[in-house]
Amino acid sequence: MAVSVDEAVSTRPARDRGSPARRFGGRGRSALEVTLLTVLAAVMLFPVLWMIETSIKENRDVYAIPAKFFDFKVTMDHYKDVFVASGSGRSTLSAAFLNSVVVAGASTALATVLGVPAAWAYSRFAMKAKKDQLFFILSTRFMPPVVVVIPIFLMYRQVGLIDSKLGLILIYAAFNVPFTIWMMKGFVDEVPAEYEDAAMLDGYTRLQAFWRYTLPLLLPGIAATAVFALIFSWNEFVFAIFLTSSDSVRTAPPAIAGLIGGTTVDWGLVAAASVVFALPVLVFAYLVRKHLVAGVTLGAVRR
Amino acid sequence: MAGIEVTALHKRYPDGTVAVDHVDLSIRDGELFVMLGPSGCGKTTTLRAVAGLERQTTGDIRIGDTLVNDLPPAERDIAMVFQFYALYPHLRTRDNLAFPLRAEGLPKAEVRARVDEAARLMRLGPLLDRRPRRLSGGEQQRVALARALVRRPRAFLMDEPLTNLDAELRADMRTEIKHLQGELGTTMVYVTHDQVEAMSLGHRIAILNKGRVEQIGTPLEVYDRPASLFCAAFIGSPPMNLIEVEVADGKLRGQGGLVLTPPPGLPRDRRLVAGVRPEALEVTEPRAERSVPARVVSAEWLGDEIIYVVDHGGRRDVRVRMPPTVRFAADAPVGLRHTGGTPAVYDVNTEELVA
Ligand SMILES: Nc1ncnc2c1ncn2[C@@H]1O[C@H](COP(=O)(O)OP(=O)(O)OP(=O)(O)O)[C@@H](O)[C@H]1O
Ligand SMILES: [Mg+2]
Repeated sequence: MAVSVDEAVSTRPARDRGSPARRFGGRGRSALEVTLLTVLAAVMLFPVLWMIETSIKENRDVYAIPAKFFDFKVTMDHYKDVFVASGSGRSTLSAAFLNSVVVAGASTALATVLGVPAAWAYSRFAMKAKKDQLFFILSTRFMPPVVVVIPIFLMYRQVGLIDSKLGLILIYAAFNVPFTIWMMKGFVDEVPAEYEDAAMLDGYTRLQAFWRYTLPLLLPGIAATAVFALIFSWNEFVFAIFLTSSDSVRTAPPAIAGLIGGTTVDWGLVAAASVVFALPVLVFAYLVRKHLVAGVTLGAVRR
Repeated sequence: MAGIEVTALHKRYPDGTVAVDHVDLSIRDGELFVMLGPSGCGKTTTLRAVAGLERQTTGDIRIGDTLVNDLPPAERDIAMVFQFYALYPHLRTRDNLAFPLRAEGLPKAEVRARVDEAARLMRLGPLLDRRPRRLSGGEQQRVALARALVRRPRAFLMDEPLTNLDAELRADMRTEIKHLQGELGTTMVYVTHDQVEAMSLGHRIAILNKGRVEQIGTPLEVYDRPASLFCAAFIGSPPMNLIEVEVADGKLRGQGGLVLTPPPGLPRDRRLVAGVRPEALEVTEPRAERSVPARVVSAEWLGDEIIYVVDHGGRRDVRVRMPPTVRFAADAPVGLRHTGGTPAVYDVNTEELVA
């Protein structure tokens, strides 16, 4: 059943007190809930908190024993180091971030441009062995990336895609297309085909009907799907470290990992780089959170 | 405006389902033609083939003088109204109506004039600035109809457009559609599985069953002389009583002794069934003149009439329609009398009307 966004969101906070599960326990129960959730949140968020703290501590304080929780001097030097090279000009890390933006953005765009029409076709048209085709598409995601990275490395070397942003964009798109097709097919299924039928009778071609009628209705779904694809590409590490080597091509995850190793580790820099790395995804997910809810409840079109 | 000619239509879906086996239809210019049949008989598929939304496996479709087999929907110049209204959710009523006209690239003033006219016809004035979400089901359906009107197509196709409405509204909309079609004089093909709708709307009705046409005729013809046992059992509520009869002494005799006047030209040596409408029978006092013995099984009071189910001639499901003033108790012994004219007679084996 299709659930509209407002419904999905607004019914949530309204607790129905009369439900059997809440009849006994009452206050004690909710206190227990709050306690457990607090503990869970603390455990989950502590590493994040520590990362943020480390990123604004001076190196002395980072290594201090016992650890300093509150009384340390706040510094922004690490953040400066993330973006500006020690001499002058841009740092390698900032170049890596830029690479990440380009690679994640382009691969997501490519996966969306390929996956959405494919999902539409799979949803709308009768075709031979449709289920098998869809299963095959999904099956390409069954394997963990590590399994295929060696053959892909060899192939990429042959065709000259090794150590290139294009290579990464292509491989990420290849991983995101199946995901996009599967997720978007669900959304397209939810949009009644009659919209397109009506549009075609009104004088539009099938593609125009898709473009003008169905696509706008799919935007929440596309946003939700794209965020997931973007997060995958943004966070991806295995392919990035195997397939790239030069600083001008490397994305952020291997670049940050590269900071660790050697004789001394500049933990402040690592933490600052990690914060900068995590931020865009958080901000982006926050901006499209309404669409994400719609995505989870599948379909914002009322029949 | 144009008539629609469907010849030997056959549609097999890729999964192997034969939705339409063999359909011939000849719909006249300006006619309100109803396709009636049970669920899954291929009504929608036939209509979609006419619209061009589905490509028939074999067979020809002509709209006016044009063979449209290979024309895309856009070039067939017809409008369709769906059970699900397919109003564009992000557009106000006004823009929903204008959408098909903009597709044609009509000048703004013309678009405005046409939208206003359609809005006037369907009385949409106060709704023009609302989005579909804020319209009731009936209002949405009126917008959908208006949307079909604005284009002034050569024909309207309607696929159960009133199914989602409640009974009262449905009756109103039915009248409205019939009136509108009469006024515009545009050919309309109307699909429904509701026989009351079919009877009250159609100039002619085609009864479909399992992808085949069982009968085409005016509502009266279809009601009076169903062309097959299927039609006989489908039309009317309750439908005809199908009583096995034998020809003897120039009369049709049922097992319980019911005697009917035979139609002329009855074939011999065949097992026959007579279709007798519930209103062609009468429940009487026991042993009344020309009556045969029967027993009341149950009675349904419908307010303006009573449907008696009586036990007669070894069957416990003979239905009789009586005025509400005549009352018999359940289980009471009664008489059963035939008051109608000559019944329709069917061959049991071919299931077709023989006379
Ligand atoms: N896209 C399709 N693929 C395969 N089979 C289909 C498809 N559409 C319809 N059918 C089948 O074809 C047959 C006829 O379907 P159709 O929709 O024409 O029936 P209908 O007369 O409109 O029924 P209803 O009154 O329920 O709308 C049904 O058995 C249906 O299951
Ligand atoms: Mg149908």
